[in-house]
Amino acid sequence: MLSADLAYAYPEVILAVGALALLVVGAFAPKQTALVGGGSVLVLVAAAIASATQPFGVAFGGGLISDAAATFSKVAIYLASAIAIPLGQPWFARRGVRAFEFPVLILLAALGMGMMASAGDLISLYVGVELHSLALYVLAAMHRDNAKASEAGLKYFVLGALSSGLLLYGSSLIYGFAGSTLFPDIAAAAGAPDNTGLLFGLVFLICGLAFKVSAAPFHMWTPDVYEGAPTPVVAFFAAAPKLAAMMLFARVLADGFAGATDQWQQVLVAISLISIAVGAFAGLVQKNLKRLWAYSSIANIGYALLGLASGTSEGVQGMLVFMILYMIDVTGFFACLAALSRQGRAMETIDDMAGLIKERPALGFAITIFSLSALGLPPFSGFFAKIAVFKAALDAGLWGVAVAGLIGSVVAAFYYLRVIKVMWFDGSAGATDKPPMEANAIAIASAAFAFPIVIVALYWLNDAAATAAQALGLV
Amino acid sequence: MIIGLEHYLAVAAILFTIGVFGIFVNRKNIIVILMSVELMLLAVNINLVAFSVYLGNLTGQIFAMFVLTVAAAEAAVGLAILVTFFRNRGDIAVDDASMMKG
Repeated sequence: MLSADLAYAYPEVILAVGALALLVVGAFAPKQTALVGGGSVLVLVAAAIASATQPFGVAFGGGLISDAAATFSKVAIYLASAIAIPLGQPWFARRGVRAFEFPVLILLAALGMGMMASAGDLISLYVGVELHSLALYVLAAMHRDNAKASEAGLKYFVLGALSSGLLLYGSSLIYGFAGSTLFPDIAAAAGAPDNTGLLFGLVFLICGLAFKVSAAPFHMWTPDVYEGAPTPVVAFFAAAPKLAAMMLFARVLADGFAGATDQWQQVLVAISLISIAVGAFAGLVQKNLKRLWAYSSIANIGYALLGLASGTSEGVQGMLVFMILYMIDVTGFFACLAALSRQGRAMETIDDMAGLIKERPALGFAITIFSLSALGLPPFSGFFAKIAVFKAALDAGLWGVAVAGLIGSVVAAFYYLRVIKVMWFDGSAGATDKPPMEANAIAIASAAFAFPIVIVALYWLNDAAATAAQALGLV
Repeated sequence: MIIGLEHYLAVAAILFTIGVFGIFVNRKNIIVILMSVELMLLAVNINLVAFSVYLGNLTGQIFAMFVLTVAAAEAAVGLAILVTFFRNRGDIAVDDASMMKG
């Protein structure tokens, strides 16, 4: 029954109808960017409420799953997307880009990410991934008079299309060897003794997904795209799509390949270790802060994958807690960068930050908090995030990997601390412009979350993530 | 000779590999990269349809329809981004896309 199935898909329906309606509004009244932007935020909040209150079940012949894991990640994804609109629209307007398409593209990306979080079948997986990727390619090149932004968009497109190709080739092999595209049927085939063809497909699928989460060795696009794309767009890129792709990763492996845990665990451990190493060492030589945080995000995805590699429900829980806390950190950090400029020129290098604490104490303090949190220093949120992941890895017996992860974290400490040193102890590099209100507010709110709100939020977050993790098939 | 599933899979694998190499080895023109992406997606379609016929199960052909649709959208987005790149740089050689490195 279509109407019965639709009850499980209200968030998607709200987003799709909202995006199309606002696109029509924008097409007829292109000057009304504030209306389209405000409408998009409302649609996203409505979708978040709808996903928080919707019934659990399976719809459309198994293609769409509505469970605690989908709800948890969808609420986070929609709210993170809603923040990107007030952060991005005024930023673009100040640079002469008054495009109503920006909020609509965020809506379409959010729709794709929501589908990724609740995909129950290879077709909905692929359509969700493509819907969010195509919107993100355009967003990266949104600042179209800027040569760097269009180069970033082009590189993102080419490597993203390659990764979609790998993902799709893997899906076709999985379909062929399992005889079905539904995850439960694939799980049944993966549990059988002769599953070599299926594992071959799985490796391609993992490569494609590793591209999307920017895990090494599939991370080449990340630094270039982060550096070239507009800063508020990077704040969006680094948060919600990463959570959606990690959730999809967890769902494919837990629902579709629960019978082959030993095999995918090795692959994930390898990807996680390489990501942590690349993120830690390549970050040491970076001068541009956006590039630096691209490498930091590669390392952080390595930690999130470490949680997933545990192959337990506790590992998925750790991964979800880690991703939520990391999303808030990274959004806040890029909001700081979006807020800072000197004589109209964006401040993007480490040297630009010299003496910032005297010029802009609030933003300087916020960057300090985000850096210490990403480094994993207690009592900031990043510490609790890493604890959750490492505890799961240790309980699963991955001692060596956890130790290697800690060493990577110590190496990465160098670049986080260098930024702090430059901000607090170097001479000022000149007066900065007054930061715009909205970016300032988002940066300070995120910093307040990183410490002290996180201590209160963790009680609730841990429980919600545990419920979400139990909805997936792992023990 | 009877043409069976493995022949189709072999053709698809070869086409897919050519597509991947087209992206990495090509040092000249970005349009060639777009063509290579298209080649990869069509190789997957051969796989899907061959499996669908072999298994006697229609899902693969429906999947192929979705892939075709998405491939068209992807080409449109790719060409649009390429146009903005060309307007900024006046050229679409692969080696020109190198403002950012490291």
